[in-house]
Amino acid sequence: MYIDRDKALRLEIAPITMDIERGRLRFFAETIGLTDPIYSDVDAAKAAGHRDLPVPPTFLGNSLELEQPEPLSWLAALGVDLQSTTHGEQSFVYHTMAYAGDRLTFHRRIVDVYLKKNGALEFVVKRTDITRDDGEPVAEVLCAIGVKHPEVVA
Amino acid sequence: MTDLAVGTELPPLEIEPISRRTLALFAGASGDHQPVHIDIDAAKARGRDDVFAHGMLSLAYLGRLLTNWVPQERIRSYRARFVAITPVHGKPTCTGRVTAIEAGMATVELTVTLADGTTTVRGEAVVDIRKEQL
Repeated sequence: MYIDRDKALRLEIAPITMDIERGRLRFFAETIGLTDPIYSDVDAAKAAGHRDLPVPPTFLGNSLELEQPEPLSWLAALGVDLQSTTHGEQSFVYHTMAYAGDRLTFHRRIVDVYLKKNGALEFVVKRTDITRDDGEPVAEVLCAIGVKHPEVVA
Repeated sequence: MTDLAVGTELPPLEIEPISRRTLALFAGASGDHQPVHIDIDAAKARGRDDVFAHGMLSLAYLGRLLTNWVPQERIRSYRARFVAITPVHGKPTCTGRVTAIEAGMATVELTVTLADGTTTVRGEAVVDIRKEQL
């Protein structure tokens, strides 16, 4: 069964507010092999002109939202079988750098639903506008989630 | 950056084969705890032979390719399409090539390829290359 596009575009998804912590950013940098000291050492970051440890380019992607309780409930609310999904596309437009110590809010909504492969694959595009707590826009993040419809022969 | 032209290739970034440990750590570091990336039982229940890497891990490596090349604040936008999964033990190589330069902005075509030649990610970034920003 396909997603009701009109319902999806109207769906309200609760915003998420997160405090960005230095320890978490160090853990992320170490895990992905980001060894430039500006990403782990506050003095090095400040010497390079940053006000704290910078948030790496992809840290604000879809993953962070997934550690919330029932992270995909918005998708389930559209009738999607969460076992049938894949991550299709991801994009970022950056307005300003985010740093450790920032409190960021993720405003989420669905901006598109479309079919591919003669209906065997459906994409839901979620847009997340990330703002700092002083209202400054930080980034726009798009995430396209693919929903497989194996019952449809492509 | 001074010799930047259409066709300029970024220094490739070769990543060590992705271990199960890396997948476990990335789950915690990124926030994506979906079991199909860290629990072989869950992967098998979804019809996979084994766990596979988070797409966002490949994107994080591509981000490193970019920040190795320019200061992060110069990256204006970044987008990517996941075209194949990266199995555990896959060995990604990230490459980038400048495809356009216009009004002080360079468009860089990005790819992640595994050792067997499979392309896993295709993407594009727009980077501010104006000198007065240096």
